[in-house]
Amino acid sequence: MTSAQSDGETGATGISRGRPEVSIVLNGRARVVEAGSSVRTLLRQLELDPGMVVVEHNRRILARGALADAEIQEGDRIELVHFVGGG
Amino acid sequence: MKDSAFVIGGKRFASRLIVGTGKYRDNGEMVAAIRASGAEMVTVAVRRVDLDRSREEGILHHLDPSKIFLLPNTAGCYTVADALRYARLGRAAGLNKWIKLEVIGDERTLLPDTAATLEAAVELVADGFKVMAYTNDDLITAMRLEDAGCVAVMPLASPIGSGLGVVNPYYIREIKRRLSVPIIVDAGVGTASDACVTMEQGVDGVLMNTAIAVADDPVGMARAMELAVRAGREAYLAGRMQAREIAVPSSPAAGMLDRETN
Repeated sequence: MTSAQSDGETGATGISRGRPEVSIVLNGRARVVEAGSSVRTLLRQLELDPGMVVVEHNRRILARGALADAEIQEGDRIELVHFVGGG
Repeated sequence: MKDSAFVIGGKRFASRLIVGTGKYRDNGEMVAAIRASGAEMVTVAVRRVDLDRSREEGILHHLDPSKIFLLPNTAGCYTVADALRYARLGRAAGLNKWIKLEVIGDERTLLPDTAATLEAAVELVADGFKVMAYTNDDLITAMRLEDAGCVAVMPLASPIGSGLGVVNPYYIREIKRRLSVPIIVDAGVGTASDACVTMEQGVDGVLMNTAIAVADDPVGMARAMELAVRAGREAYLAGRMQAREIAVPSSPAAGMLDRETN
């Protein structure tokens, strides 16, 4: 993933630097992220504009201002949603 | 006759046509069709971001909420809990507290689960939402939804995506006669004549998606729908003639040639 190159803090795939990792379920798919990273960091790695998506963290909707403080824990379930075409 | 303003939940709209944003071949065509329709309010759905695809898939990359009113829906929800969840996600994603509530009860017909719709409407109104409720053409449910505090009640013309037009104009008229909130016929319109007939029943507006989006030329169909909605509204206001099953000549019977006169 290209974001790994632009982000010096953490590898987007979660591989590397011997830091502890946690397993989460992101939009229904298993994913590994660095322990202690925030939802805000995850969005940056995914190249998602926080103004364009809504995050549901363990069934709780996160306000945009709370993304940086929301720490990702082992087993977390995160849903990233946005508006798409619909009737 | 001069028309009254079209006001939903305290917000005034110039167009009585509301359109969906689904099923278009591409986003450019969707934007052009919305413009041609003259609609000021469009519906959108809440779905997972597809992390394998372009980040530009989101509709906010194509529609400016400061220029067009986005109405999130709960399409695809089959339970009260799901409808509440999607409504709250929609509120967090958007800029308003409006929701097009639909709770589906059957996969084949996509007919609404009216008991669940009513239950969800009560919860959402209590939570501060302005609820526009999709329902069937049943008067009693429509009255209950109004009592629950919905800002608009939206009976179907016929099943979602069917294009069958208004299958029960009498029920639609009766709902309009009996409720005070705006009645917007939602779903089932197939072509311009359906939109026109719908508006001729006296309802306040019409909401459609498939009829425009899957037309050979969506922009052309959007324009036709805009005209049809206005035509139907004006015909309703003008008051139609009485229909009768016998001819009545339009030209005078008097003054025909070769007849003896006194």
